[in-house]
Amino acid sequence: MTEQFPTPVIGMEIHVELKTKSKMFCGCKNDPFGADAPNTHTCPVCLGLPGALPVPNRKAVEWTIRLALALNCSISMESKFDRKHYSYPDLPKGYQISQYDQPIGHDGYLEIGEGEKRSKIRIRRVHLEEDTGKLSHKEIDGENVSLIDFNRSSVPLVEIVTEPDMRSAEEAKEFGKKLHRIVRYSDVSDADMEKGSMRLEANVSVSEHTEITEDNLPPYKVELKNINSFRFMALAADYEIKRQREARARGEKIPQETRGWGEAKKATRLQRVKEDAQEYRYFPDPDLPPMRFKEEMVASIKKSLPPMPDTYAAQFVAAGASYESADILTDDMATAQLVAEALPLVSDGKIFINWFLRNRDTNAALSAADLAKRFADEKGSKVTDEAVIIEWVKTVVDENQNVVAEFKAGKESVLMFLVGKVQKLAAGKADAQVVMRLLRSQIDQYTRSSVAR
Amino acid sequence: MLLDLSIRELQAGLAAKKFSSEDLVRKCYENIAREQPRTNAFITIVDKETALKEAKEKDAARTPSAPPLYGIPFVLKDSFATRGIRTTCASNVLRDFIPPYDATVYRRLREAGAILIGKMNMDAWGHGGSSENTDFGAVRNPWDIERVPGGSSGGCAAGVAVRMAAFAIGEDTGGSIRNPSAWCNTTGLKVTYGRVSRYGCVAYASSFDTVGPMGKSVEDCAAILEATAGNDLHDATSAPVPVPSYTAELAGAESFIKDKTIGVPRELFGEGLDPEIRASIMASIDVLKGLGMQVKELSMPLFDYGLPVYYLIAPSETSSNLARYDGVRYGGDRSNFTEETMRRIMIGTYALSAGYYDAYYRKAQKARTLFIAEYKRLLSECDVLVMPVNPTVAPKVGELMADPLANLLADVYTVSINPVGVPSLAVPSGFTKAGLPIGMQIVGKMFAESLLFQIGHAFQSETDYHTRAPKV
Amino acid sequence: MNAQMPELSISDVKKVAALASLPVSDALAEKFRPQLLSVLGFVGEIGTLDTEGVVETSQVTGLENIYREDVVEESSMFTQKEALQNAKRTHNGYFVVKAVIE
Repeated sequence: MTEQFPTPVIGMEIHVELKTKSKMFCGCKNDPFGADAPNTHTCPVCLGLPGALPVPNRKAVEWTIRLALALNCSISMESKFDRKHYSYPDLPKGYQISQYDQPIGHDGYLEIGEGEKRSKIRIRRVHLEEDTGKLSHKEIDGENVSLIDFNRSSVPLVEIVTEPDMRSAEEAKEFGKKLHRIVRYSDVSDADMEKGSMRLEANVSVSEHTEITEDNLPPYKVELKNINSFRFMALAADYEIKRQREARARGEKIPQETRGWGEAKKATRLQRVKEDAQEYRYFPDPDLPPMRFKEEMVASIKKSLPPMPDTYAAQFVAAGASYESADILTDDMATAQLVAEALPLVSDGKIFINWFLRNRDTNAALSAADLAKRFADEKGSKVTDEAVIIEWVKTVVDENQNVVAEFKAGKESVLMFLVGKVQKLAAGKADAQVVMRLLRSQIDQYTRSSVAR
Repeated sequence: MLLDLSIRELQAGLAAKKFSSEDLVRKCYENIAREQPRTNAFITIVDKETALKEAKEKDAARTPSAPPLYGIPFVLKDSFATRGIRTTCASNVLRDFIPPYDATVYRRLREAGAILIGKMNMDAWGHGGSSENTDFGAVRNPWDIERVPGGSSGGCAAGVAVRMAAFAIGEDTGGSIRNPSAWCNTTGLKVTYGRVSRYGCVAYASSFDTVGPMGKSVEDCAAILEATAGNDLHDATSAPVPVPSYTAELAGAESFIKDKTIGVPRELFGEGLDPEIRASIMASIDVLKGLGMQVKELSMPLFDYGLPVYYLIAPSETSSNLARYDGVRYGGDRSNFTEETMRRIMIGTYALSAGYYDAYYRKAQKARTLFIAEYKRLLSECDVLVMPVNPTVAPKVGELMADPLANLLADVYTVSINPVGVPSLAVPSGFTKAGLPIGMQIVGKMFAESLLFQIGHAFQSETDYHTRAPKV
Repeated sequence: MNAQMPELSISDVKKVAALASLPVSDALAEKFRPQLLSVLGFVGEIGTLDTEGVVETSQVTGLENIYREDVVEESSMFTQKEALQNAKRTHNGYFVVKAVIE
């Protein structure tokens, strides 16, 4: 069965709530999770009262540019807001202010995996919109009702859409984690999956082709929605891939539908069948003048971005760390920054990184300078005092005449053997560079002195 | 009668303690008692004692530096949010809606010391040109109660015409201030788009909607605009353009307008225009000529496309703006819309839907670009354009409602202004033999309100049409 | 491009009504159909206008980059009572609707 539809095709849509102080189109407090009571962070605008008008939050626009740049996107220098119409009780105006044909960011990418598994996931668009209110469901007097809280209504929301470039559930999970990390590095969102300030959707289908191109994409996709962890996302995608392979192998047509993850049954379950193509009737929002960004503004936002996880990871790998270690160290920016700052201050990066990871909890609280000092203290600072080292060197040369002879005969490689002997005497604390230099000069001197003798 | 006085005269009388705000407010309620049953101009009348109390407070707190509208009674079209006072937009959907906030224009008028008397009847959501498409009973024209007052701000015009308030604030999306002003013999200004904040004004077609003054004279409108215009941080489309002292700029209007050129687009005076209206506008142009203005005949080949552009974009935007009325947070559900409103929503929904978007909505937005260029060209060849407001006099109640298409055609001279954004001043220009009012529009460049006021004021200095009130 | 008389069946009318969330009965759809057709025919005249190479205008202000700063505006925020005061149905500070299933 697997052979018939070997290739999973997965694209993702991620929503991220920006942590601005105020909402996207009004001055209400943007803190739906911290609100004392429902519907208290509301005003005419986010309740969609008659006559109310939206005015966009400058910071939210700048932060969307920032996030788009962090995701290697091009910026639409001319951008605008459009109305996206659909009817749902949590959508107060009957339309969502979103972006249609001029998303703030477009054509970016993000890389996941290492070595041969390294792959580039293309990002189609990064656009800014407003969040909806929040629905909860309840039974009141025997009647099933939905309750609506508009504290979340019009919270700035960035939507990131990828191309269908992921080929396994594992890749989807890895993409999600990487994106999460970049959002956090960009410092524009809490990106808290539990609180819903980062929300994942995956579009999953399986294909009979081994190479996927624009032209042979599967004729359907199943949308996995309302999944609040990377692990569940991977489980759901894996389940879907298997389910779809089996169904398609049986010759079934898979309907365009939305499914969620049922943790109890460890299975995806149908949420909604999309009968008609959505008819959103987008048009430019006449209440909001268009945006035109200046090159200098975009450049200055770009300049303000910190190094991204990949930059740090490359630095750590170059210092001798494994991919796994680099991955762990770059999980949060503060740690990555600390390690990167400490690296030039320590004598052996690889040993330092391994040592750091073994004592991560206590180390993370230190400054880079303190960290380097502690590393030096704990690992024993290198003995660099030549007067001390020369005594060990003399002893080793005296005691290893045969090896010295081999070295003199041109067998360079034995030098490391002698270095090891010295370190044994020095309990590993001698500076290797100094040891090597002194060994060479000592052997040289020894030869001359013995001739003189 | 006291309320026949201009705002300037009223303010002078108040300052000299010849009469009080309380007197003015009492007079309004006297007129309301007599005229409201005839005209049905109000939807909500502010409780008399409340208004009188406010007037007394204003009288007591009056200082010599009181602003021009201080203590002056006014009314609002019922499309403006007024905290604690219901705002229906003449629709059953909002029959019981009490806004918890104030429209910017209302806030500014309150801050200027003006006193709200009531909320005026209209075509629901602005959908109409006769003030019959209302769930609160059709408004009647005080000049002939068998006839409509025009719309959609019909209650405002009727109310000012019979002095139930000193002035009104209307809203014009395709003629809604100018059309009833012409048919009720009042003066009304459709402002430059962005001149006055739309915040708190129930949206009909957002990119056309304008909030403007309606009054007994050009001079009054200038005073009202001065108090209400200006940038508003709550309306992203409001213009960060300084507000001139419109009233001060009226001084010496006649010398200023001398040698300015009037453009007369010939296409607007052709077939379909009532001969009496044509004659009235031509005679008015002669008055302006007499004031030293030049007249130039121009051509506006796009004219016929004005209605299609308007009736594609406005319904599209209204289908979107009215999507919020779902009965969840306020108001009744969508079964409460009138058939006229449902039709407009459906036309707009259709024009925006996949497969029709390019041929209708997008095409109209392109045509709009051509209209903007057309007006720019015309207004580079002259200083202002003069044209009729309506092709006919006010029709009898029921005539327009019978035929949805005829309803649209009544707006032929006013609708093409709004997609362009330029200001247009409607002034009384005469009467038919039967005694029905006729109006003329003076159209200017963006933010040329001052010039329009100067011309209109000079015209009203030469004519007395605007001073005539219907027989009561 | 010439204006074409649009086609609009009763089911099209119903479809548009559904899209606009308007409760339009069969009888009302019958009544609306010719009315909508006459309006669509009239506005369809726009098709005869040459707009080759013309850009669209969706607003006339010429304004760009109009923003508010990221500041909380406490004075505009409602109390829960104000937020709910016009609702037909509320419960414990929430608006209430018949159950919707996502």
